Amino acid sequence: MLTEKEARSAAKKIVRRKHLLGLEEMSKEEILLILQTAASFKEIFTRTVKKVPTLRGKTVVNLFFENSTRTRTSFELAAKRLSADVINFAMATSSVSKGETLLDTARTIEAMGADYIVMRHGSSGAPWYLSQRVKASVLNAGDGTHEHPTQGLLDAYTIQEKKGRFEGLKVVIVGDIVHSRVARSNIWALTKLGAQVAIVGPRTLIPPSFHKLGVQIHYDLKEAIRDADVINLLRIQLERQQSNLFPSIREYRLLYQINEQRLSLAKPDVLIMHPGPINRGVEITQGVADGPHSVINEQVTNGVAVRMAVLFLLAGARDPEREAVE
Amino acid sequence: MTQMEQLLNAQDVQRKIEDMADQIAKQIGSPVKMALVGIRTHGVTIAERIRDILKRKKGWDVPLGILDITFYRDDLARLSEQPLAQPTRLDFDLTGKIVVLVDDVLYTGRTIRCALDQIMDYGRPQAIRLAVLVDRGLRELPIQADITGLSVNTTPAQKIQVRMMEIDSEDGVWVSAP
Repeated sequence: MLTEKEARSAAKKIVRRKHLLGLEEMSKEEILLILQTAASFKEIFTRTVKKVPTLRGKTVVNLFFENSTRTRTSFELAAKRLSADVINFAMATSSVSKGETLLDTARTIEAMGADYIVMRHGSSGAPWYLSQRVKASVLNAGDGTHEHPTQGLLDAYTIQEKKGRFEGLKVVIVGDIVHSRVARSNIWALTKLGAQVAIVGPRTLIPPSFHKLGVQIHYDLKEAIRDADVINLLRIQLERQQSNLFPSIREYRLLYQINEQRLSLAKPDVLIMHPGPINRGVEITQGVADGPHSVINEQVTNGVAVRMAVLFLLAGARDPEREAVE
Repeated sequence: MTQMEQLLNAQDVQRKIEDMADQIAKQIGSPVKMALVGIRTHGVTIAERIRDILKRKKGWDVPLGILDITFYRDDLARLSEQPLAQPTRLDFDLTGKIVVLVDDVLYTGRTIRCALDQIMDYGRPQAIRLAVLVDRGLRELPIQADITGLSVNTTPAQKIQVRMMEIDSEDGVWVSAP
């Protein structure tokens, strides 16, 4: 929990930020401020009128160059609950297929009055590139293998809500780490917040340089998840199997699947998390996905609250001349 | 440090709050449909004390809600000067209730305007009454208090400071020099 003084200092930092590009450059206080603000937004979901007028008149554009229903819908819901107007820019039907560059696309959208551009792109750094060239606030919804900051934040929120703390918690991330922007964002957030992070997966999918980030590296699942407080499962991307990064889905399942039996190696109140979509029967069994340890559905709810918090906190950067409320 | 003149000491504050509770009891008449809603942060403390006084003096059991108006403000640029947004807590249905909104200082009326909008998003109260500890005048919107502890004329250059034991370790109301 932040003190009022820490909160004010964090708010000053965020308000100067204007964009959400990654968690690597954020301070612990800023992350905690986002989480605390998200808690207030979560309360709104229990009302009949699940809307607040905070971003009334603002326009949020979802610019998704990669397919995503879950993240895009979550941002859309977050913006709408803040009373903003939302436009979804669907890559396949857009002028991008006619060869329009990223910058021109973004400039066109901005000329229509976008205040926020929520962007998902296959190239790492694309949101940063845009943030240097447009006036709107840019929110990174996943760029290449670089970061997926709102996923990192909502995962941290879920852990904090259930466990009440980060210090001393053992969090294990399982799976295709090398290709995962979710893993990277999680690692940044959790190490800054004081948790102990371990990663585990096939050798071909674990970058050895990651020990520099302060995480423990494992290749043996049973050893990695011993006494874990949180296990975060990454979706094994079946396309990778084509590039022979591991022998077969069956082998992955044998060595790295989380099932009820393996779960007993972790702490009795372990949390099972997954960014979705789940490959049932591959990285996780049906029983565990639907079982009492799983908080996968809550992650989805928390995602909307966290995205509302981010949009709200970045809004402060946009109107320095507005009149004060007394 | 600006010179501050004390308008109410600890005893005065308690007496004014008792006074407010009496006025509320008289105006509303019965606890049956009543609900107290305090506006964070000091409004909540005052509302809690009023609830306790009503319980002690009249045996009334009145539900208490907590309103955080941060998301209804229209001045997001002042985010860095505001305390953290805290959750609103209204654990009861407001529809049909007589809501007594409680705040520490009534000034331009914009905070109350936010609070009214927010309350309407939770339900349809039968009526909303406003109770404030200090009315400092200088309204910018047509808003009035139904129950007032202390009325004082101020200029926009002046600041009013309200401190409550539960939050600031002392009770008192001060005003800065004009």
